[in-house]
Parts: sequence; structure tokens; C-alpha cells
Amino acid sequence: MQALYAQLLVGLINGSFYALLSLGLAVIFGMLNIINFAHGALYMMGAFVAYFLLSLGGINYWWALLLAPVIVGIFGMILERTMLQWLTGLDHLYGLLLTFGIALIVQGVFQNYFGSSGLPYAIPDQLKGGLNLGFMFLPVYRAWVVIFSLVVCIATWFLIEKTRLGAYLRAATENPTLVRAFGINVPRMITLTYGLGVGLAALAGVLSAPINQVRPLMGADLIIVVFAVVVIGGMGSIMGSIITGFALGVIEGLTKYFYPEASNTVVFVLMVLVLLVKPTGLTGRAA
Amino acid sequence: MPETATADAPAKTAAGGNILQVRNLEAWYGESHILHGINFDVNAGEVVTLLGRNGAGKTTTLKSIMGIIGKRTGAVKFNNQDIIRTTSDKIARMGIAFCPEERGIFSSLDVRENLLLPPVVRPGGLPLEQIFDLFPNLKERLNSQGTKLSGGEQQMLAIARILRTGASFLMLDEPTEGLAPVIIQQIGHTIARLKKEGFTILLVEQNFRFASTVADRYYVVEHGKIIDGFSNAELAANMDKLHTYLGV
Repeated sequence: MQALYAQLLVGLINGSFYALLSLGLAVIFGMLNIINFAHGALYMMGAFVAYFLLSLGGINYWWALLLAPVIVGIFGMILERTMLQWLTGLDHLYGLLLTFGIALIVQGVFQNYFGSSGLPYAIPDQLKGGLNLGFMFLPVYRAWVVIFSLVVCIATWFLIEKTRLGAYLRAATENPTLVRAFGINVPRMITLTYGLGVGLAALAGVLSAPINQVRPLMGADLIIVVFAVVVIGGMGSIMGSIITGFALGVIEGLTKYFYPEASNTVVFVLMVLVLLVKPTGLTGRAA
Repeated sequence: MPETATADAPAKTAAGGNILQVRNLEAWYGESHILHGINFDVNAGEVVTLLGRNGAGKTTTLKSIMGIIGKRTGAVKFNNQDIIRTTSDKIARMGIAFCPEERGIFSSLDVRENLLLPPVVRPGGLPLEQIFDLFPNLKERLNSQGTKLSGGEQQMLAIARILRTGASFLMLDEPTEGLAPVIIQQIGHTIARLKKEGFTILLVEQNFRFASTVADRYYVVEHGKIIDGFSNAELAANMDKLHTYLGV
């Protein structure tokens, strides 16, 4: 039983990262119509920024949670202004190729300087240790990652579905020309949206640094699964990507307990099944 | 720098100062040349209607003024400021509001969100109570999804949402298209009331009978040019010509 709970917890942790990353992808896809293959590289950059802040500037984890998404978000907005904005109206394939190229370059640069092995990032003192729940031992940091991710996901959902700014965003997803003709600076909103999506990826990177170490390819390994999550959940839906992210993490964890051999493939098997039955994904709208 | 109304503008009515001047406006959709030199004026407080057959260039004229046609040349002056090179968000902030032919109600927004979407660009917009007074249906359906409304209600919503922004120059593209007579009548009353409130309205209509109930002046558009213009008083004298122009 202990092992089952442990795998459930691992599943929830992975699910947190899936949810944060696929949420960012969904937000970016909705607004820019771009499948952001650079997402994994930007997640990795978030972890590296946290590492640099600590090792070079002595700036702790808590500040990194705030600063890394902002710094990587600004980097993303520069990418959007200088490159992605020129892809408006073109086929998805161009955005996919460009962002894939960006991912390879960013990962290559980091590998050149840091190799492939991981750099350590310590768990902050306040989140060290664990709780004995009786039926299992719960490391505090892991509980923190799950709860904090959930809060961030729900806050993002609230921002997009329930606020005035979110209404602009949803409207501009449907008809950017008309929204602009109402007096809203849509190009600037697109840039900020990309920054938001990228910032979420960087935040996931910071959260993962103490668990998975900081490695140039940490994003490349994860992003393949995240894309499967996005396909299963449906590209356009905010709540769909959150729920699917957490659910698939848990399913993966349970598979590790019941049938470990399939744990690496279960997400992809599910993806194939969903694509066969409902090609737009569980909560997606038609493209 | 007070600039007097330009001398070359034909002053057709004395309703107020010249608010919009369009000179030699040309516009393209990709490779196809749609507008071939449009010239007309709108005075403050008027309701001016562009008439013409399908594909004559009426909608393109409105879109060019609004800045949402990519390639356009000539001069469009709004309150004596040339806006031919201005982006549509800035044009909207100068006080021009556009209600598109397809209405542009957002399906991912509820009625309230649709209504409150266009930002207030200047003071002087209608308060919400007055808007609900004009369109009582909307008040009852605030929480419905925007596209769940009937065609008439969607049209009312499309007009209502640009009334609270403070824009005083409204461009309405075929507001009566596809609507039942009783609703067309309601929209006619609305336009008359808006005129009384001081709005200036540039209307595109195929429905000539409807236009004649609200307009002060008419321009006839054909093949991307203005080929004629007359006031409501001259309407009866021009009826035969108009039938030929519109093919009705």
C-alpha cells in the first residue's frame, strides 16, 4: 500500500508539471495559433535562471519563483516580437518549425556550457523534511509543488475565464480584427500572452529544480509527454488542459504501481485512443 | 490650431461641422482593387446612408475608414486629422465605432461580457440604464452565451456595445439584414433616438425603404466609386434614378 501512495504522489507531482506546461501551451495556442515547441526549452531556462540567481546572486528560491518567470517571460516576449509575430496567418507548420529550431538552439547553447549532467538545487529550508501521515511519508516540498501548482493553474483559469482582461483575450482569440477595431492594442496583448504562457513554463522549471536537478535537456524529456497531454485534453481549452494534466500524471503513477512496464507508454496509448474516438481532444473545439 | 472646414467640401446640409471627409479613397483586398476613389463627407449629427448593390464597395468603405483594410490610399479625415495610415485601435480611440455586418458577437463571452467588451474611449457614452432602456431584451439575457441570442437580439447587442464607449461617430453595416419587420422597426427607432442624442451615423443599407425612414442624406456607391448623392428632401425627385442604380 505504501508503494501505491508513493506512486500516486509521484503522479500528482508529474501531473503538476504537465498541467502548468500544457496550460501555457493552450494559452499560447489560443491567442497566437502557434504550437510552441520551445516550451520545454523555456521550462529548462526557468530552472537555470533559478540556479544562476542562487549561485551567482545569492537570491533565494522564493525570489526565484517570482523573478525566473519574469526574466524568461521577457525573453519569450522578445522572441515573439522579433520572430513569432511574422508568422501570423501562416500554416501551423511554420510556427512549429521555428519554435522547434529555437528549442534546439537554446538547449544546444546550455549543453555547450553545462554538459548533460545535472546541477544541484537545494530544497529551501522552509520546505525541508516531511510529514508522517500514518499511511505514508509525505515530503513537504512535494506537497508544496502540488498545492502551489494547483493554485497557479486555478488563478490562471480565473484570469482568463472570469476577468475583463480575460474577456479581451477570449474575444481576440475569436476575432482579433474586431477586437482591435474596438480600440484594444491586440498585437501588444499577443506579446503579453506569449509572455504569460512562457512564464508559466519557467515557473514549472523553478518548481522542478529541487526535485529533478537542473539539466539542459530536462525540458526536452518532459515536453514530449506534455504534447501528448495537450492532444488528449484538446488544444484550446484552459480547464481541460489543467484537469488532463493532473489526471494523466495520476494515471501514469498508478500504471507504475500496477503494471510498471507500461508506465512510459500509457500516456501515448491514451492519446491514440482519444484521437481515434474524438480527434479534437476530450475538451477541445474543432480547429 | 483651429482649422476651418475645408473649402472643397461640398456643404450639403447645415446640420453641423464637417466631421468626416473621404477623398479619393482606394482600397485593395489582396490583389483585387475594390475602391477606386471614393469621395464623400459626413457632417456632425447627420445620418448618412451609403446605398448600392452587393459588392459595390460599401462595406469596404466602412472598413477602410475603420483601418481594418490592409492596403488603402487617399485621404480620410476625421475631425480634420488624417487617419489613412492610423491603426484601427487608434482610430477607435479617436471616437469612431464600427458595427460589422456579421455582427461579431463573441461566442466564448456571455452577453454581459460582450456588452462591456469595447473599452470606453472618451466620456459621454450612454450609461447602461439608457442602453437597457433602448434594448430591454438584453437586460434579461445578460448571462446567456452571446451567440445563443436570436438574430435580432444579436444585432441589438452589436449596436448596444458601441454606445457606451463614448464614440460619437457610429458606422453601422446593414443593421437590418435578415431581421423580422418588427425588429427592423425597433432598430429604426433606435437610430432615430441616437440621432437625437447627438450621434453621427454612417449607415450601409441594401434596404432602401428602411434607410429612407432614418437618413438625412444618401450616397450611391457603384464599382468602388460614389456616383451620386442627394438629401432626403430630394429623394422623391431621384426615385427613378435610384431604382435604376439599385436594380429594384
